[in-house]
Amino acid sequence: MGLSPRPESGLVAQQHGDEPWITTRLDLLVNWSRAKSLWPMPFGTACCAIEYMASAASKFDLARFGMERQSFSPRQADVLICAGRVPFKLAPVIRRIWQQMPQPKWSISMGACASTGGMFDNYAVVQGIDSIIPVDVYVPGCPPRPEGLIYGIMMLHEKIMRERSADTALRAEMEPDPRSQLYIPPPVIDEISEPFGNSVHQQRSGL
Amino acid sequence: MSERFQPVVVGRGVPDAAAPVSPKHVPHQGGAMNASVDALRTTFGDAIVRADVVWGETTVIVDPSRVLEVIRFLHDDPAQQYDYLSDVTAVEYRDLERPLEVVWHLRSLPMRRFLRLKALLPKGTPLAVPSVYEIYRGANWLERECFDMFGIEFTGHPDLRRLLMWEGYKEGHPLRKDFPLRGRFSRSEQLRQALAANPEARYSMEELSIADAFADLPADIRHRLAGGEATGE
Repeated sequence: MGLSPRPESGLVAQQHGDEPWITTRLDLLVNWSRAKSLWPMPFGTACCAIEYMASAASKFDLARFGMERQSFSPRQADVLICAGRVPFKLAPVIRRIWQQMPQPKWSISMGACASTGGMFDNYAVVQGIDSIIPVDVYVPGCPPRPEGLIYGIMMLHEKIMRERSADTALRAEMEPDPRSQLYIPPPVIDEISEPFGNSVHQQRSGL
Repeated sequence: MSERFQPVVVGRGVPDAAAPVSPKHVPHQGGAMNASVDALRTTFGDAIVRADVVWGETTVIVDPSRVLEVIRFLHDDPAQQYDYLSDVTAVEYRDLERPLEVVWHLRSLPMRRFLRLKALLPKGTPLAVPSVYEIYRGANWLERECFDMFGIEFTGHPDLRRLLMWEGYKEGHPLRKDFPLRGRFSRSEQLRQALAANPEARYSMEELSIADAFADLPADIRHRLAGGEATGE
């Protein structure tokens, strides 16, 4: 299975007669499968996206980490990688993409601008995407080198490996107050996200 | 090939001229003036306030109320043929006495000429110039951007809305000198207003021209549009 028995991993391989056995925690198995096949949703808005593309290309090869498939549909993505500055005009867009992603989901804020607004301390740029969506890993750099991004992805792997499925707070989403203008009811989000390639609605693909 | 889609041959108006070379040692001030300026002076007289040559490029300052006539002449006159509007923008100076300038960059591909037109709008007066959309369709978004960033009204523009900032942006016109770099509102208020914007609202039925093809749409989309889904203001 590619799992090596390590003392700290909680994985024990045994041999009883002819049949090999593995005993482990369910969390470990689930987290391992999640962490090792993260499908990224690239949200590239600026020069960080160039470094992101370099990371995904052959030399650095994100496919080594189970990120073979770039998921350009938020419905089939696990991790939102925001590479680049986000202007206020894109704020509702990235928020909606985040809402369209199914749980479990994570996000990486790549580069100085996505994390803090960077040098763009002006009227047009969001000062850190953590004011719009929750962020798991911040990758510093302007832009970060592919090694930096990969290090951030490895940190995210570690974070995922430590998750406990009993901890429901991990998956809890804070929604805006339904009375406020920011609130979009879930059915509306479902409906709006339909044309973007939800596999349940393939009947339109022949058009 | 139809009459309407003639290929653009650069320099076809001056077939005998030598091939253009990159100019060297261009003086800061002075130098050869664009030949169109003389034609403008004879045709419009007082409407041409001044003409300068800076770094080899000619700038003509025009009476704001007659800009449309001047540009139409430059576009239509067979001896000018300015068929390409490369930019519409504006300049504001910190000096309160100095007027705002609206700038048009015109290029004549047949005559191989470049001309910069400016109209001066003193501060405190209504910032309005005529739209050149009827002459150059490409002016549509250029003027929208200029309106968005500087607040200059282009009278006669068919659809003068903000282009870069979202619709309903309440803080003003960002490239004006009295606009603070970080905007007028607090960060949280800016974010609240931005998130309240509907990203789909910009694509109105008219813009997408779905209205024409409504019957061809799939049934569920027709149902959703007919149900008044938010597509448009």
